[in-house]
Amino acid sequence: MSKMDKTLLENAKSIIKERLCKSGYSHNVRADIDIAALDLGNLLQRTVEFGESNSVLVVGAKGSGKSTLINRVLEDIHNDSKNAKNLLIVKLNGYLQTDDRIALAEITRQLKLENTIGDKVFGSFAETLAFLLEALRSGDMSKSQPIIIILEEFDLFAQHKNQTLLYNLFDIAQAGTTPLAVIGITCRLDVMELLEKRVKSRFSHRQIYICNPSTLENYVQQFTDVLLLDKAFGKTAKHKAFVKKWNSHVENLTKNSSVLEILHKQFNYCKEASPLHQILFLPVCSLSQEHQEITPADIAESSQLIFNDSKANILHGVSVLELCLIIAMSHLTNIYEGEPFNFQMVYNEFLKFSQKKSHILQNYTKPVVLKAFEHLIELELLKTKDHFMTHSGKLQKEYRPMILLVDHSQLREAVAKYPGCPTDVKQWAESSIV
Amino acid sequence: MSHDSSAIPARGKQIEQLISIFGDPVDVTMPALFVYGHSSCGKTIVLNHVLEKLKVPHVVVNCTECYTNSVLFSAILQGLSGDNDLGSWKCDNLNDLGRNLRKVYESQSWNETVYIVFDKAERLRDREVNLLPALINLQELTSLNFCVILVSELPWEKFYNGVGIRQPFIVFFPDYTKSELGEILCHCRPDGVDREFYQHYISIVLAVFSLACRDLRELKHLSELNFSTYCAPVKAGKFDEGDKHKLWKHVEPHLKEALQQLYLRKVSSEEWMKLHDITESGDATVLKPVKNSDTIELPFYSKFLLIAAYIASYNPASTDKRFFVKNAGRMKKTARSMKKDERKNSHLRGPHAFPLDRMMAIFYSIVDSRVPPTANIFSQISTLVTLHLLAKIGHEDEIDCPRYKCTVSLDFISAVAKTMNFDIVRYLFDFV
Ligand SMILES: Nc1ncnc2c1ncn2[C@@H]1O[C@H](COP(=O)(O)OP(=O)(O)O)[C@@H](O)[C@H]1O
Ligand SMILES: Nc1ncnc2c1ncn2[C@@H]1O[C@H](COP(=O)(O)OP(=O)(O)O)[C@@H](O)[C@H]1O
Ligand SMILES: [Mg+2]
Ligand SMILES: [Mg+2]
Repeated sequence: MSKMDKTLLENAKSIIKERLCKSGYSHNVRADIDIAALDLGNLLQRTVEFGESNSVLVVGAKGSGKSTLINRVLEDIHNDSKNAKNLLIVKLNGYLQTDDRIALAEITRQLKLENTIGDKVFGSFAETLAFLLEALRSGDMSKSQPIIIILEEFDLFAQHKNQTLLYNLFDIAQAGTTPLAVIGITCRLDVMELLEKRVKSRFSHRQIYICNPSTLENYVQQFTDVLLLDKAFGKTAKHKAFVKKWNSHVENLTKNSSVLEILHKQFNYCKEASPLHQILFLPVCSLSQEHQEITPADIAESSQLIFNDSKANILHGVSVLELCLIIAMSHLTNIYEGEPFNFQMVYNEFLKFSQKKSHILQNYTKPVVLKAFEHLIELELLKTKDHFMTHSGKLQKEYRPMILLVDHSQLREAVAKYPGCPTDVKQWAESSIV
Repeated sequence: MSHDSSAIPARGKQIEQLISIFGDPVDVTMPALFVYGHSSCGKTIVLNHVLEKLKVPHVVVNCTECYTNSVLFSAILQGLSGDNDLGSWKCDNLNDLGRNLRKVYESQSWNETVYIVFDKAERLRDREVNLLPALINLQELTSLNFCVILVSELPWEKFYNGVGIRQPFIVFFPDYTKSELGEILCHCRPDGVDREFYQHYISIVLAVFSLACRDLRELKHLSELNFSTYCAPVKAGKFDEGDKHKLWKHVEPHLKEALQQLYLRKVSSEEWMKLHDITESGDATVLKPVKNSDTIELPFYSKFLLIAAYIASYNPASTDKRFFVKNAGRMKKTARSMKKDERKNSHLRGPHAFPLDRMMAIFYSIVDSRVPPTANIFSQISTLVTLHLLAKIGHEDEIDCPRYKCTVSLDFISAVAKTMNFDIVRYLFDFV
């Protein structure tokens, strides 16, 4: 299906889905990003227009809009700057260029200098980098092309051996002989402490901080913005009518008290944009000819899915035998005040219970019970006590000290919700005496 | 979009949800999904069904099988490119993966979402810390329309390591209820079998197994392997298909045996079928005892050595005098004063390590007859260690005073002791 054949609703759906899913882009940014964009834009303009060198760090929590900021600034420069066609942009990412050798090869590639460098051999990293930058000086003019190097996940580059890449980039930027801007992006607020002294001293110490929205109004606004359609949607009368209808339904949705309550709860829990987008994702995906608008019920249902307690989900699916073992472990943890227990003790508790209280569970032999116990370990509902890990190879699995990762209230809830939980098991969970 | 989900009972909602999430192939979708739910709750079958149905480009890799990054990355690239030439997709770092993915994407001139499914994704946690966050960000890293799907039995919290990792969109597959299990098992019945007849059989299977195991894969396997036994009397004309109660009585002990043998993998499926070969007459099959693989034959002195080791492992050293020195006073005076704290019970706590000389002292006192030269005894001790019946504890450099632990169970040692007419329980502190 091409974009042309889509109905208006499908078009709207595609546009909003893209906003929700594509990180690093936002059609409508918060005011604080606009201000930061102005700052950063000016700085980069000076590199592009006047050949100044510079270095800057953009710091902010994940999902706060750092990449969005960079992408916006680069777009602006592209549109506004007279010298933009000369500009070279190198984008690196700490996840991809996991060491300096890979990073240098990638820089070469992005500067399209693979052929120039051929199979020349250089004595040091610095020499290679100097050669690359020299190669960019055009022959006739003594002026070289401006370069912007962006280092996403900047903190990961600080883990590279000797921080060679960072040292050399900051060194060149500080020397000012090449028009080079180095932008580091990181979510580590303590990023400066990661830098070696010689690297730190070459950095300009210019930092831009980005924050997640700090007020509920901003947060709700972000929710509305992502759904609202604008003029770009289409010029025909049909398009305009659709936009009007759609936007008024969005306004109504964000005035609905149950939706606001959900947003409030989510805001208190986490101020990032991405959970907000996730709440909207399913309702937007399920728009169709039969269901043309997002309803408060859609939002309620999807936020419930997102707030779903995953441990409760897992506990719901264990077998009765496994549930009994968890109860036994919870009792043991209680009796021994959090000291670790082992399978043998759990089995012992289980036997006391099944022999005295529960006839349905009497038939399980020790190996069957052990298999259930091992399944709980696989589900990571219990774990080996850390400092025993080293010896545990030597210890038979029955005696390995373990601790339970399900607390008492989680267990009570699980027992209450367990489908068809036998009464005697329920009672056992409530009492501590067998 | 219409779809046929009748092939996969009880997962209609999940199928619908995934189809809705995937949406129009050319749309941008969530960069990463996290699909979790208990083993056998249909994650693989549903994902494969939907991906095939929508005919979207995708590849499924298993993170247990792809045990190194380079194996994992080439599996992804080969799967997507359809090019099985091993050499052409060799890459061992994420930068090359990203570049190669772009190459494949462009060479196939795709413009739709491409799905990469990581089954057993919990294994990715054992790799470098940055692999998982990088894969989750693949869409942004490559600027291409990739959707990464992580599949696991563990919830997302178990993946979260605190730093900068973006939470994928989470899709939960709930466990099957008992009636859903029944429905699915009936759905998978052998060709030509009457539904109601099979349903009754399945209700017995669930009654025997479901308290211990709700895993569909296990239940399916167990019910398939035992169905012929269930049918045998009907085939032989002994009972009618409707004799539900008789059929129950007939098959129940058989299924209980299956729980002990088959479910615990003590015998393989083939052995099980052979063992319970259906007699022509359709008589309830006689359960031949399976040879217990837990016992092994040991030389005479080795047995006593093992018994001594067991006692040394489970009794406090302070009680040796009482048990092994002749005329060391009566038991009665200690019985109360040594009233056990359950926490100190060695049979709950596990065996303690002991020095060799303590074990030898116990050994000499329980072996009444003459003992062979020590060299021979020591070689038998090392054999016991090789057989993993004894474990040597401590570092290699502490060879001058080695410590040991006995690693066999009470049942095992009781069986060994019995062959020597040695009543071991009388010598165990936990049982006096
Ligand atoms: N200021 C903002 N206004 C509106 N949406 C934003 C803003 N900042 C971030 N977002 C949204 O949050 C998502 C994540 O932003 P991104 O720039 O990728 O964060 P970061 O790079 O800091 O991790 C983007 O999809 C974007 O739509
Ligand atoms: N709803 C279902 N209907 C039919 N067969 C199913 C269903 N769910 C699971 N199965 C079967 O059970 C087995 C395990 O399912 P699978 O999808 O591999 O589970 P998972 O990936 O969640 O561990 C497979 O053989 C599959 O065919
Ligand atoms: Mg970013
Ligand atoms: Mg699977």
